[in-house]
Amino acid sequence: MSAPAPTAEPAIHTRALRKTFGSLVAVESLDLDVAQGELFGLLGPNGSGKTTTIRMLCGLMRPTSGEARVVGYDVTTQPEEIRRRIGYMSQHFGLYDDLTVLENARFYSSVYGLRGAEREARLAELLDELGLAPAAHQLAGTLSGGWKQRLALACATAHRPRLLFLDEPTAGVDPAARRSFWELIAELTARGTTILVTTHYMDEAARFPRVAFLSRGRLMSVGTPEEITRHFGLPTIEDVFIALQHTDEEDALSGAPRGGSGAR
Amino acid sequence: MMTLRARVARSRLWPMLHKEFIQMRRDRLTLAMMIGIPAAQLMLFGYAIRTEVRHLPTVVLDESRTAESRALVDAMANTGNFRIVGDVPDRATLERRIASGAASAGIVIPPTFAGDLARGRTATTQVLVDAADPLASSSAIAAAAQVAAAHGARLARERGAGAPRLEVRVRPLYNPGLRSEAYIVPGIIGVLLSMTMLIITSMSVVRERERGTLEQLIVTPIDKTSLMLGKLLPFVLVGFVQMTVVLLLGDVLFHVPARGSLLLLYAITFAFIVANLGVGLLISTVARTQAQAMQLGYFFLLPNILLSGFMFPRAAMPEPAQWIGLLLPLTYYLRVLRGVLLKGVGASLLWGDTLVLVGFAAVLVTLSVRRFSKTIE
Repeated sequence: MSAPAPTAEPAIHTRALRKTFGSLVAVESLDLDVAQGELFGLLGPNGSGKTTTIRMLCGLMRPTSGEARVVGYDVTTQPEEIRRRIGYMSQHFGLYDDLTVLENARFYSSVYGLRGAEREARLAELLDELGLAPAAHQLAGTLSGGWKQRLALACATAHRPRLLFLDEPTAGVDPAARRSFWELIAELTARGTTILVTTHYMDEAARFPRVAFLSRGRLMSVGTPEEITRHFGLPTIEDVFIALQHTDEEDALSGAPRGGSGAR
Repeated sequence: MMTLRARVARSRLWPMLHKEFIQMRRDRLTLAMMIGIPAAQLMLFGYAIRTEVRHLPTVVLDESRTAESRALVDAMANTGNFRIVGDVPDRATLERRIASGAASAGIVIPPTFAGDLARGRTATTQVLVDAADPLASSSAIAAAAQVAAAHGARLARERGAGAPRLEVRVRPLYNPGLRSEAYIVPGIIGVLLSMTMLIITSMSVVRERERGTLEQLIVTPIDKTSLMLGKLLPFVLVGFVQMTVVLLLGDVLFHVPARGSLLLLYAITFAFIVANLGVGLLISTVARTQAQAMQLGYFFLLPNILLSGFMFPRAAMPEPAQWIGLLLPLTYYLRVLRGVLLKGVGASLLWGDTLVLVGFAAVLVTLSVRRFSKTIE
């Protein structure tokens, strides 16, 4: 293991980050800084570049140009250093339907390097904290949306990452499960984990101390939810969202050049 | 520095293998197919396939060394069934060439040949044929009989009444009954392993890509080698099970014996299986969907069936087709299979083919690990 990144450095730091798919520009000139320990929301309509941004930060996609450093390491040249230190929950359930809850969690904790008694202790702790213990021997494929999401969180945090990426974690989850999920997130934040979350549920936007608004691949505004609404001169975050989506659709219909792509 | 032992214990290969075995155990349908497919294929090919052959590679042991003996060899070559590939100094070398698969037939002309003809006695020539391939040998037998008749008639014309008779005796080696099952059954092991290994591995990786589980897996610090080997090694076991099924059924249903060392065969098979799994992995680095993986798999499979010597003897193919055959691991493995099962040959004659198979395995697996990228683009 190499030395930990210096604490002064932000958890996420990007400059002029850009990603294109052929002629489509998915992310354009993105400058973003997320401090350590922050709970940060990445908001925007579908196709605004949220998922592409997260994927570049996790090393799943190579930026076309620009710079991105995550937990102090460069995404293009040191992706493995980053992977050791981050957790990631993809938009779609990415665990094994034909493995049980415990088998999935055990597999991921082993892949993150935990072994033997240390691993089993961590597994017991995880299942207990996330309330998964009663379903430990159930096949993951038979779980409801809310339980799948908890399992995914368990697998993503098995190695106690200092930075967590959650891509639309509450999509397709019932309101009660969403609420208890946010409680788990609050606990992780309280323990000092930096968390970057994308969402298009605008009622969730108020939970973030700081958010960034993406539209058509460009960063429109960064700040507290209040600063964002003030910037756009609109009463709520939801109004901002709808206004942005509206201009997006008008541009699409009039055939104007588009920054964001629908790429996932 | 970590010790080797600690490093092995911490390898990400173990969790990967464990996971793959659990998933394999739960997928009952696939598991059943792994046993069912070999049985069905064996019936299909074992009962159905027949073919015809020309240009058998042939070695000559000419102990007569006379104009008469050379005329006979020319007459043999002119039938188109024999292609003379060389002379051998003695009978042991001749049989060795046939056993190793370098030649499929041998013509033996005794020292007394010209003398017998001159004295008006019956001159005898022997043709040894590798009857492990009954198709090749039956055409060789027909050709030899034809030469005996035609050449004998010409001699009679030239020398008038009381001319000597010419006799060509054919001796089929290894498979005296000329049964094509004996030829086909070992081949089925090879074709079957190619087919299932290739498709199973490529599907297994591509399925993870399609379901999105690969995306979740590649953001972890798992190394590419562990990921790929974890996908590959469980199927080696499946391959051995399939091979055993065919060997057992082949023995019971078609009475195809195993003359050589089974241990040797299983050892060489390991390299062949890994080579095919390597092709499957390579396909999985290209294919994005299971349908694509399937198509690419069949694209590779077709030359395997047609050009490897499984159905049609390679000797009968035009040269470009033979060259393509040299690029297929199956071509080499078929020689090993037939050599061990039908001829009972040992490692001393098979090391060349084995080396090629090990080379294929190493290159293909290395190539696919290198090509695999921990990104989702």
